[in-house]
Amino acid sequence: MSTALSGRPIAGPVEPPTGTAKKVRRWGWVIYLVLIFFALIYLYPFLIQIGTSFKTDADATANPLNPIPQVWTVEAYRSLRSADFPLWFMNSVIVTLFVTVGRVFFDSLAGYALARLHFAGRTAMAALFIGIMAVPAVVLLIPKYLVLVQLGIYNTYLGMIIPLVADAAGVFIMRQFFINIPLEVEESARLDGASAFRTFWSVVLPMARPAVITLTILSFQGSWNELAHFIVSRSDPNLNTLTSGVATLVSGSLGSGNQFPLKMAAALLMTIPVAIVFFIFQRYFVRGASGGAVKG
Amino acid sequence: MSVIGSGGVEQTVADTEHETQPPAKPAKNRGAKNRDGLAGWLFMAPAFIIVVVFVLVPVVSALWVSVSDWSGKGSPVSANFVGLDNYQALLTKPGLAQRDLGTALRNNIYYVILVVPLQTVLALVLAIVLNRRRLKGKGFFRSAFYFPSVTSSVAISIVFLFLFNASGVVNAILAWFGINGPNWFADPRGVGHIILGAFGMDTDNPPSWLTDHDFLGLTWWQWWSGPSVAMCAIIALAIWTTAGTFMLLFLAALQDIPEDVEEAAQMDGTTAWQRFKAVTLPGLKPTLFLVITLGLIGTWQVFDQIYVMSKGGPAKTTVTPAYLSYQTSFLGGKWGQGAAIAFILFAIIVVFSMIQRYVMRDRKTLAKRRRIATWESKK
Repeated sequence: MSTALSGRPIAGPVEPPTGTAKKVRRWGWVIYLVLIFFALIYLYPFLIQIGTSFKTDADATANPLNPIPQVWTVEAYRSLRSADFPLWFMNSVIVTLFVTVGRVFFDSLAGYALARLHFAGRTAMAALFIGIMAVPAVVLLIPKYLVLVQLGIYNTYLGMIIPLVADAAGVFIMRQFFINIPLEVEESARLDGASAFRTFWSVVLPMARPAVITLTILSFQGSWNELAHFIVSRSDPNLNTLTSGVATLVSGSLGSGNQFPLKMAAALLMTIPVAIVFFIFQRYFVRGASGGAVKG
Repeated sequence: MSVIGSGGVEQTVADTEHETQPPAKPAKNRGAKNRDGLAGWLFMAPAFIIVVVFVLVPVVSALWVSVSDWSGKGSPVSANFVGLDNYQALLTKPGLAQRDLGTALRNNIYYVILVVPLQTVLALVLAIVLNRRRLKGKGFFRSAFYFPSVTSSVAISIVFLFLFNASGVVNAILAWFGINGPNWFADPRGVGHIILGAFGMDTDNPPSWLTDHDFLGLTWWQWWSGPSVAMCAIIALAIWTTAGTFMLLFLAALQDIPEDVEEAAQMDGTTAWQRFKAVTLPGLKPTLFLVITLGLIGTWQVFDQIYVMSKGGPAKTTVTPAYLSYQTSFLGGKWGQGAAIAFILFAIIVVFSMIQRYVMRDRKTLAKRRRIATWESKK
């Protein structure tokens, strides 16, 4: 698909062909060459992944570069189905669902409070959340395990879900959005005697749709792809999510082992849900990337 | 060219944190304010509790564990206080723990030195190329470059295990050029040593001035190793995956650079490189700093890829402090030491964040001074 682009003439400037214009046109070719080169580097691994998942083990090792299988087979997918893969998928769905719903709701509530409600200690609260954002996730691996064990929810769905249902970055994304909504809208609702929650739920939240969608997508993607938390919050194989489960498929073999079609199929299947969401809601991902950066 | 001297887009992270002050409320609204107070706390409660229980309390308890001899059994509260023993074992006392930390730090330093500049440059190049106004398939290319950043690190790691395996894609491509590719993930040789070897140095018997001195349990010769061949594959993965996110940040910043400045510069007959240096780069500076900082913070935390791809091997050449902390506590049962490693890592990341703060502040006043200078010169 990318090669089709290279054949097309470059839409150069319509100015008379002065020296600069010529230069621009010549540069145009270079630009497309660079783009196509990188597009290949970025897309070819995925093509190989898809192709290899339909190969036999021997074919995968003998022809790594050719994404088209010599003999098509769904053996890899069949063995995944008879393995624990469906269970991992289920666990990922359960955890992701609860985490996403919880995170969107709790982050919005807190974000709204920080943006609009005047309560004692608001500044301290905002400072606390900013401080929390600075704590790197990997530093929390051991301590989170300690707390989960102390609370008696290690190796349970609760322990896998609850620590993820609110996050400081999400709170700030929502707060930033609520701050920019004109005050008048909610003030009239408040004057009509609506409670803070009522105002939030039926007036403000519907207006915050773009922010809510962004946060939903970020939470979905974040919890679906989360690995470290599921390593430290459980050891029961029945609670493996896709990430922690598929990681066990690989371990020990150090990359020189085989069964590549199986591994590629597993990796492909766990990528598909995120890929679908990505292609439908792309612009929200883009907004999330810049919004997440603002938190710095 | 005079336009170019002006400060460019001076927008920093801190600037976006502006607070809208609540308007002064009339006295009769006090009832509403009290109601607000209760509601405010109720609204905050869930997020607050979770953050306190799963971030604040854990950090404090881990701090305690790092100065205790907790073995992983029973409550950490009942463990014995051992002072700074764990930190000393890691930092000052010669032994396995110190050598492991030294190795992890060395591995991570090479990882950072290679990943941060390369991913930043790649992201910048992709963004500049994509920012051209008349470009066909812009959306397609942008999605292609960004897609890996949103997919699971586990899935991507598995794909790269295949690409870089002994009879994999990368070695097949290297074979086109007559190069016999290494068995990437089983090759602990350091690139720094390989390079010296290529220059004719006897790497089996390095000179004594390099082997006689050591730091954190590693000789100078071992510090010089460079990333191992296995680590190089992980470095390639990191650059490939992360560049897309930073490309988006650069793209957003490029769109903030006013087009007329660029056009005016073009009229002046400047070359593309001159325009890039004088117009684009100054406008990108805040984003550049942001990207480098985020890169530094992120690369010091690398864990997922190591966990999936190498488990620290071969010969510990891909162990990073984050992985070492996990390994020492969860697999080795030395919880105190593991927690201490986590705090050493925390300190490293905090130092980098503070350097960034300092540089940003300095740069801001510089820019202001420069702006004033331009203003003065125009008068």
